[in-house]
Amino acid sequence: MTDPRLPAAYLQPGTTSFADFLAAQAPELLPERRALPAGQAGDLAPHGTTIVGMTFPGGVLLAGDRRATMGNLIASRDIEKVFSTDEYSAAGIAGTAGLAIELVRLFQTELEHYEKIEGTTLSFDGKANRLSALIRGNLGMAMQGLAVAPLFAGYDLDAGAGRIFSYDVTGGRYEETGFHAVGSGSLFARGALKKLYRSDLSQDEAVTVALQALYDAADDDSATGGPDVARRIFPIIHVITAEGGARLDSEVVADAADRVIAGRMGRPDGPQAPITGGDAR
Amino acid sequence: MSAPFYVSPEQLMKDRADFARKGIARGRSVVAVQYADGVLFASENPSQALHKVSEIYDRIAFAAVGRYNEFENLRIAGVRLADMRGYSYDRRDVTGRGLANAYAQTLGTIFSSGGEKPYEVELFVAEIGATSPDDQIYRLTYDGQVADEHRFAVMGGAAEVVTAYLTEHYSDGMSLEQALGTAVAALGHSESEDRVIPADDLEVAVLDRTRTQQRKFSRLRPAVLEQMLGERSAPAAAAPGPEGGSAPAGGADGGDPPVAPPIS
Repeated sequence: MTDPRLPAAYLQPGTTSFADFLAAQAPELLPERRALPAGQAGDLAPHGTTIVGMTFPGGVLLAGDRRATMGNLIASRDIEKVFSTDEYSAAGIAGTAGLAIELVRLFQTELEHYEKIEGTTLSFDGKANRLSALIRGNLGMAMQGLAVAPLFAGYDLDAGAGRIFSYDVTGGRYEETGFHAVGSGSLFARGALKKLYRSDLSQDEAVTVALQALYDAADDDSATGGPDVARRIFPIIHVITAEGGARLDSEVVADAADRVIAGRMGRPDGPQAPITGGDAR
Repeated sequence: MSAPFYVSPEQLMKDRADFARKGIARGRSVVAVQYADGVLFASENPSQALHKVSEIYDRIAFAAVGRYNEFENLRIAGVRLADMRGYSYDRRDVTGRGLANAYAQTLGTIFSSGGEKPYEVELFVAEIGATSPDDQIYRLTYDGQVADEHRFAVMGGAAEVVTAYLTEHYSDGMSLEQALGTAVAALGHSESEDRVIPADDLEVAVLDRTRTQQRKFSRLRPAVLEQMLGERSAPAAAAPGPEGGSAPAGGADGGDPPVAPPIS
């Protein structure tokens, strides 16, 4: 910037959306404004893998494994894929890591920008819709293999409960009840969640269920990283309640992960869900 | 139209300065006070929606007096500048100095350009650092001058009276409660009397470095203020004693996250 003055456009009343402001003032900074040459680009950049989210009475949590892959290679074993997007929400990313992290950064700024300019936060649905719009802008790149599929979770202060939204590449948003998982290992994680999830889990139990689900995802999906016992690298878990959100202390996660691993030493397939409805036979 | 009369540049600037100064003195004062854990802003402002003190970025806050529409414009421009810089570089690259400079250049240009009415505003841009000596308060006047303020600063309204009170009662390294008590007593002070300003009519915000969140700005709601100010008698000469460890656990209205209690 050569002129130290505030540019005239900055002083104009107008949009409260940072993304819209960026589109007008510095469109080259928007992730969606990049033109790609034709062809598949999916193997060019690291991909993030599995994210699980679940609600529990009084809150919601998001957990993500730590692996990023590039084709058959492990691109990173300690990547962070769960981000706080504001005080009461967080997003976990699956898909092309670079684009997804940039998208989350834009989304974080978007929420904070609105909050500062308007003096109030967006409603939870408002936030979810803004994320939709940002993902929709990435559709062209998604069709060339650079898809971004976040899982968005947060505590809705109006509803007084945790909520989870999943997205498709066209920006479609779908509210999930109870739990959900996205990414390459999501099928296995969801299978585990189906058997382990209850609507009355305590926060600590929910953390354990998330770790079990990620363990199962890593067990069957090569792109999902399991707990790295040698390096002490464990999933990142973000918990949001009415008091706000915070990343769970790595020691706490490590302890919970150690217990899960210890359990798996005896039963490698994880806890056994009770067979109910057996009487109906 | 006849040709305009000759007006000397000195006279022109003086007239514009008088005009701006008059507009600024009309409102009520805003004070910024450094305390042990950051910077506290206080103002008498019955409106809960039209703020005089606002957040710009993680460690940067903005306070203004004068014409609302003009400083609101500057505030939004500051938020845009800060967010733009933080997004294209990094959050740490947004500095109070850079922002103060942009405001100074903008106000200076508007003041000296003949075509525009000068802005009737005065601003504080404050930034907190890792420790109290790193805290900065910049004062920006309508003509684009920048001054680096220390300990406390007052603008708007009867600024001299409030400044005199603070000069007498301010001490370094105050706790949040003490700083609040002193600032609020200063706002209520005038030559003739000491008013007790009801908590509902106060707008108070802090840049608090003990907050665990990245964003250090936080508003203190009336319910919290009431509790922190405690019993106030009319001649509130001394700051109310520290409320000890029973710092409020959070806004009763649930609007804002709780403010971390000061380290004693």
